[in-house]
Amino acid sequence: MLEVNGLVKRFGGFTAVNNVSFRVGHGEIVGLIGPNGSGKSTIFNMLSGTLSPSAGSIRFDGSEIAGLAPHRIINRGIGRTFQIPRPFRRLSIFENVALAGFYGQGRHSRAKAEEAAERSLGMVGLPTDRQASVDGLGAAGLKKLELAKALATAPKLLLADESLGGLDETEMDQAADMLRNIRDELGITIIWVEHIMGVLMRVVDRVMVLDHGEKISEGLPSAVAGDPRVVEVYLGTDAETTQAAAAEARRGAGGQ
Amino acid sequence: MTGQGRLAAWGIGLAALVALPFVYRDPYHLHILVLILIWSFAYTSWSMMGRFGLVSLGHGGFMGIGAYVTALLWNHLGLSPWIGIPVSMVAAGTLALIVGYPCFRFRITGHYFVLVTLALSGIVLQVITATRDYTGGSLGYTPNRASGNKLLALQFDDKTSWYLIALAVWLIGIVVWHLIDRSMSRYALEAISEDEDAAAAAGVNVTAEKLKITMISALMTALAGAIYCQYQMFITPDTVSGIAVSLQMVFAAIVGGLFVSLGPTVGAVITILLAETLRIGFGTKAVGWDNLVYGVLLVLFIIFLPKGILGSLLDRLKPQRKVPRAHEQKAVQIARPGT
Repeated sequence: MLEVNGLVKRFGGFTAVNNVSFRVGHGEIVGLIGPNGSGKSTIFNMLSGTLSPSAGSIRFDGSEIAGLAPHRIINRGIGRTFQIPRPFRRLSIFENVALAGFYGQGRHSRAKAEEAAERSLGMVGLPTDRQASVDGLGAAGLKKLELAKALATAPKLLLADESLGGLDETEMDQAADMLRNIRDELGITIIWVEHIMGVLMRVVDRVMVLDHGEKISEGLPSAVAGDPRVVEVYLGTDAETTQAAAAEARRGAGGQ
Repeated sequence: MTGQGRLAAWGIGLAALVALPFVYRDPYHLHILVLILIWSFAYTSWSMMGRFGLVSLGHGGFMGIGAYVTALLWNHLGLSPWIGIPVSMVAAGTLALIVGYPCFRFRITGHYFVLVTLALSGIVLQVITATRDYTGGSLGYTPNRASGNKLLALQFDDKTSWYLIALAVWLIGIVVWHLIDRSMSRYALEAISEDEDAAAAAGVNVTAEKLKITMISALMTALAGAIYCQYQMFITPDTVSGIAVSLQMVFAAIVGGLFVSLGPTVGAVITILLAETLRIGFGTKAVGWDNLVYGVLLVLFIIFLPKGILGSLLDRLKPQRKVPRAHEQKAVQIARPGT
């Protein structure tokens, strides 16, 4: 479904993403992890059109999308959330999502957009009341709103950018389950960028690890968590974290 | 806020406005009303952009193009204003496109956008003044009196006709305002005014949406200029064009309230009554005083009543409006043109 080849992004003399290639198959949940500044968000921004790549190709459903404007990419079926929620505070919760439903699906009909908004809000568990203000939402609510906005654009591929930062453990578990539900029920393929390795390992089918803009490891969560390169660059020498992540990965594998 | 009650109020108000010149015929008062309606339309046109944080100081340019292109086509080519006005509107729209596209494409926003539009205003004024052989320069310009069909020339001697024309044009402005207010474009523009990247991520073509509202605003402003010219039968660069006119639009829209449909109209009532009072009360001694008063009032309003008179009044009546104040203040802040 998604085929990325030799993707490069340079900012002046600094290479943020260096020759990264990967594929994502239909219906997968792929995790993308790496320390701060490893190029995760830059890759996301190129996939969603916010940045255009310096080199390389991005093929989605067989056609090249590298360098297209964000709204065109969304209309082709790639939705995204932002690392820090970016709600429109002058609009109500419902209007936020209806906006995404309308423009994200190629401006067909308002009725269809409002239907999509209701469905998406229901899916993430936010009120579908038309007047409810964004100001009433906390951190978890804002994350849900981000997700609902992305879902309303009817994506085939969802780019979820560090969706769990700032949540407590219960909320994290809920959010992770929600992503899995989105895949299972709506058949949406997901790429999930995350700092918090534990929860991610439980839900994803496959993980890619980035460091300094390069892909250093890829594979099943259990395998990647044990990869010595990953342990070194991503987890440092903190044995406890590594073991916890590996344990989560086993738990995920056992549960399936 | 019941829909039917609202509609009934609008209906009654409109009927009263239409009936007015048939009952009340004082030419001076009708003249003031015509001016108020024409300028209300211009201010409403400005607010279409202004309310979304697209603060333009270039609208004097669009208004000047509307007035001068219509008059020049009539005098030099004998082209009826019925054709001249659409041509002038297209000219203003084209100019809006030429200035707007690069601004929006390359993300020139906030203060920088204001500066670009300020230059636009200045350029149009300079062009009108510099081509004095055709436009009469700063001495002003008069469309030739029609010898034949008055309707074809869009020249009428009676105030009632003009009052009705101005009322119709003003109503068009209010209707367009409401159409936009109810459209998905409003959501998109509100979103854009807050966060362009997030709006783009929701699928909004940011450049196209901004261009669309800018074109609508410019076309309508040009129409206001043309109607003003046909009514007054005398235009000067200073009365229909340039930075002073642009600033006056910003001032009136902010004083009236640029987030509600009738706000700019309230602004026009205040500015025109103020100008007339000063003119009658102090005569030639007070030339230019209105600008001084505008300036002082503008500062006071931006500080104490950023939503304008009508906006604040409506807020009082409905304590729970869903639009938070902080963002509107931000929009108004951008509007502050360094005065």
